[in-house]
Amino acid sequence: MSAVTDVRRRGGRASMVGSGLLVVAVLVLALWVPYNVSLGTLSSLVGLFVLVILGTTWNLMAGYAGMVSIGQQAFIGIGGYGVIHLADAVGLPVLGAVVAAAVVCGAVAWATSFLVFRLAGGYFAIGTWVVAEVVKLLTTQVDALGGGSGLSLGAFQGADRVARVATVYWLGLTLAVVVVLATFALMRSRVGLGLTAIRDDPTAASGLGVPVDRSKRIVYVASSAGVGLAGALTALNTLRVTPDSIFSVGFTASMIFVVLIGGIGTIEGPIVGAVVSFVLQDRLADLGSLYLVVLGVVAIVVVLLAPRGLWGLVTRVTDVHLFPLVHTVRREASED
Amino acid sequence: MEAPLLRVEHLAKAYGQVVTARDVSFDVAAGEALGVVGPNGAGKSTLLNLVTGTARSDGGTLLLDGQDVTRWSAPRRSAAGVGRSYQVPRPFAGMTVFENVLVGARFGGGHGGREARRLAIDALERTGMAHLANTPAGRLRLLDRKRLELARALATGPRLILLDEIAGGLTDAELPELVALVAELRDAGLAVVWIEHIVHALLQVVDRLMCLALGDVVAIGDPATVMRDPRVVEVYLGSTVDPGPAAAS
Ligand SMILES: Nc1ncnc2c1ncn2[C@@H]1O[C@H](COP(=O)(O)OP(=O)(O)O)[C@@H](O)[C@H]1O
Ligand SMILES: [Mg+2]
Repeated sequence: MSAVTDVRRRGGRASMVGSGLLVVAVLVLALWVPYNVSLGTLSSLVGLFVLVILGTTWNLMAGYAGMVSIGQQAFIGIGGYGVIHLADAVGLPVLGAVVAAAVVCGAVAWATSFLVFRLAGGYFAIGTWVVAEVVKLLTTQVDALGGGSGLSLGAFQGADRVARVATVYWLGLTLAVVVVLATFALMRSRVGLGLTAIRDDPTAASGLGVPVDRSKRIVYVASSAGVGLAGALTALNTLRVTPDSIFSVGFTASMIFVVLIGGIGTIEGPIVGAVVSFVLQDRLADLGSLYLVVLGVVAIVVVLLAPRGLWGLVTRVTDVHLFPLVHTVRREASED
Repeated sequence: MEAPLLRVEHLAKAYGQVVTARDVSFDVAAGEALGVVGPNGAGKSTLLNLVTGTARSDGGTLLLDGQDVTRWSAPRRSAAGVGRSYQVPRPFAGMTVFENVLVGARFGGGHGGREARRLAIDALERTGMAHLANTPAGRLRLLDRKRLELARALATGPRLILLDEIAGGLTDAELPELVALVAELRDAGLAVVWIEHIVHALLQVVDRLMCLALGDVVAIGDPATVMRDPRVVEVYLGSTVDPGPAAAS
């Protein structure tokens, strides 16, 4: 009757190879790419890192905690305005300003969570969007933030352009890696176990002891702080923010696009989605507004043919898990 | 005398015009099993929701081990030792069977990683589900989903366990195993509340029986006496309940 039981949380050989390839890709991005592509390309690659962060954080909320927000542009804006204000007016070093802007985003998310968490389902989505509009309106009312015309970053003025672009590039890559790994760590923790349960059935989770509201709040705050990093990165990359550009609902649209085509509820999905989205953006930039039509068609086709996204297709034919979360119980009859 | 593990006093609950609990009072001691019968819509499942805290009562008091838990949240009650299974199973469909049970051990049970994994495996073995540990819960057939309900509740290490129609659909061979498991839990000192339509299975275990109808306690006490009570018989006239061989004897 007694059996030796062992619980594992890692993928097989194919997964190890896959993880190895991912590490190589990051190393190439860190060590080879900066010295072998144009400054323009380097700068546009920051957009890829921004997409990875946005997709990962939106997936954390929607895919793991079941919270569909369409107001995350609020935190892009706060992150973008925050980093410029904190660097220029407060005088923080750029890295400190980025981190502080993310902390501000987390604090704002915590405060507004008490408002939007009263709303369920579609009302929650609309509530988050209303909060984003209010934040944008408030921003345009503050003279210190440039009113309706926005802010330009002064801190980098005088710095060598090559050094500036390279700094932002490496910062972007680092932040994307940190956000993905932090999400992975969170999902492997006790909090992650509870979140997955909440996603599948909040009532049953609550009855088994999972603190539903607290877990959701942790995710909302962490995810919004991550979005703040992406906002700060965007501002450092473009050197300028205006209310209409940095509070654009288009950011949230790209988060959703990235997550849907990559695959919701997996760590890998948003990374794949970000790469696909970035390539499409790059290739179709000349199409103008037709570009949006193409994006729409791609989204519809992927959702219809692969409801679990492109990464879902991969895991259907192979057993590759770059970020293994699932527990595997192995039982062997004992010797005695 | 020792205080009962669960004491329910003057509990009241209504959904609009539908009264599911009207001045309901009863108690259950540790090491005691209370059976609950009553026609569909009597308010049996809702009563469990009120005790676990996933539904809020309109009035009345709930005492757990003498402590007033009426205002406690569901997670807090789970940590204090209240476990339950749902009549219509609510598995975490995207997680494996093992992970479903692990949630109970880590949260309600409050155990750290290693100990929680051990308790989860233990709960799976006790309910005969260990061979399904790696199956996604969404792929289980109904009977295994019901078993998972029980395993998950056990993994929280409950002092009070509330079972909602877990015997339906079992074969004649499986039924005695379930009855034995419930008896084992009771004998291990748990307080058991078991709602069941398969009365002959229920009567093999329970120390007392309560009959509910339209939110009222019709009768409570010695099982045989309750089953013979004219009011209980009347409640059941024309209903679909299967009194089984025990009632005939
Ligand atoms: N969440 C709810 N909202 C509205 N009505 C409910 C809800 N839960 C239960 N009810 C109603 O309460 C009554 C009792 O239901 P229930 O407790 O499930 O009965 P039983 O388990 O005894 O069959 C039914 O009429 C049911 O429709
Ligand atoms: Mg019921």
